[in-house]
Amino acid sequence: MGVRYANASVPAVHDVDLAIEAGQFAVLLGPSGCGKSTLLRTINRLVEPTSGTLLIDGGDVRERDATELRRGIGYVIQAVGLFPHYTVAQNVGVVPKLLGWEQVRIDARVDELLRLIRLDPARYRDRKPRELSGGEAQRVGVARALAAQPRVLLMDEPFAAVDAIVRASLQDEIARVHRELGTTIVFVTHDVDEALRLADRIVVMNAGHVVQTGPPAEILEHPADDFVRDLVGVDAETRRLALERPLIER
Amino acid sequence: MTYAATHGARVAALLGQHVVLVFVSLLIALVIALPLGVVAARNARAGSVILAVTGALYTIPSLALLALLVAAIGLGQATAIVALVVYAQMILIRGVVAGLRGVDPALVDAARGLGFTARQTLLRVEFPAALPVMLGGVRVATVSLVALATVAAWINAGGLGVLLFEGIGTNNPDKIFAGALAAAVLAIAADLLLRGAERAVRT
Repeated sequence: MGVRYANASVPAVHDVDLAIEAGQFAVLLGPSGCGKSTLLRTINRLVEPTSGTLLIDGGDVRERDATELRRGIGYVIQAVGLFPHYTVAQNVGVVPKLLGWEQVRIDARVDELLRLIRLDPARYRDRKPRELSGGEAQRVGVARALAAQPRVLLMDEPFAAVDAIVRASLQDEIARVHRELGTTIVFVTHDVDEALRLADRIVVMNAGHVVQTGPPAEILEHPADDFVRDLVGVDAETRRLALERPLIER
Repeated sequence: MTYAATHGARVAALLGQHVVLVFVSLLIALVIALPLGVVAARNARAGSVILAVTGALYTIPSLALLALLVAAIGLGQATAIVALVVYAQMILIRGVVAGLRGVDPALVDAARGLGFTARQTLLRVEFPAALPVMLGGVRVATVSLVALATVAAWINAGGLGVLLFEGIGTNNPDKIFAGALAAAVLAIAADLLLRGAERAVRT
């Protein structure tokens, strides 16, 4: 599959042949400008491939109505993008509302999700986004993306804008949510440690194509080329040791 | 102050006409400016044409525009409203364009990615987010129209300008003062009211 933007001399993404298993936590890892966000955005058709096809559950995404498709796919971005004129509850309930759920069902779902991301519904439901910290806002962003029980969750550098301590706790949360719900997650990051920490499978990208894919340990132990070796870097040995401790203990 | 004191009812009636003139013009102007503003914000080339044309219209002296319109459609309130609608366009469209262009792109990306249609994104996300800035345009346009509408009396459209023209014609400074004061009070009141609205919709 490939994507070439109009007027661009080189394609943003080219020759990608990738299958992500249902329930997998797949992380697209690479330097900025490598095409990882573009690749992510082809999944919910915010970007259309200029060549090739993209299948979800065996069906070509282009044969489905783009709006309909997106309502069934969770979407979380670095800038969060909570709607400032909506309360937390209205933000979380926005996709169920688009899908025409009854209000009682939406309310119940909102409370369930706020508990899932560990924000007390009684305290947070009626807050406005400006009353949230960066970490709380991104938790709400995750809850909003999960509201209509999507089978796939797309996350584009979701934790890049928060400080290291909050990032670590958000990483723990998303790992836990993934374990509890079994949602397929496709997660974009340029942060090697984040990728190693979260991924079942890492997809390393550079200059618009996939350089290597595999479980974190394999990427660390057998980097496919010098680019991957430089990316995981001199700390590869320490990182490999850190991997041996299960996430839940950290 | 003597004229306003002795002819309170007449001043109030003319003030009422003035308010109607401004309010009706503003409503019609908004109906035109909203879609044009959306187009101008979306499409750079259409935007520069729309802003150039409305900007050029804005530079026509008000008396000259009224004279031209009288020649085309005659005297009266309708003619005055057409002129006020034309003058309001540039300010209102600029407000809509500035408001929409100022919307955080992350909001639009999130809305599209979550499955809002283009129309839902515009109505439920972009307009609410742009509202404070757009209301700023409405406020400036309203205050301008209150001032401009005084000239409408020159073509028999009524309003507080009647006092100004009568005062000038009969050399009655008291009458001029009454008309000017009433118009100023109206402009300040509209300004305060719309500032309040802007604050209320700011998130």
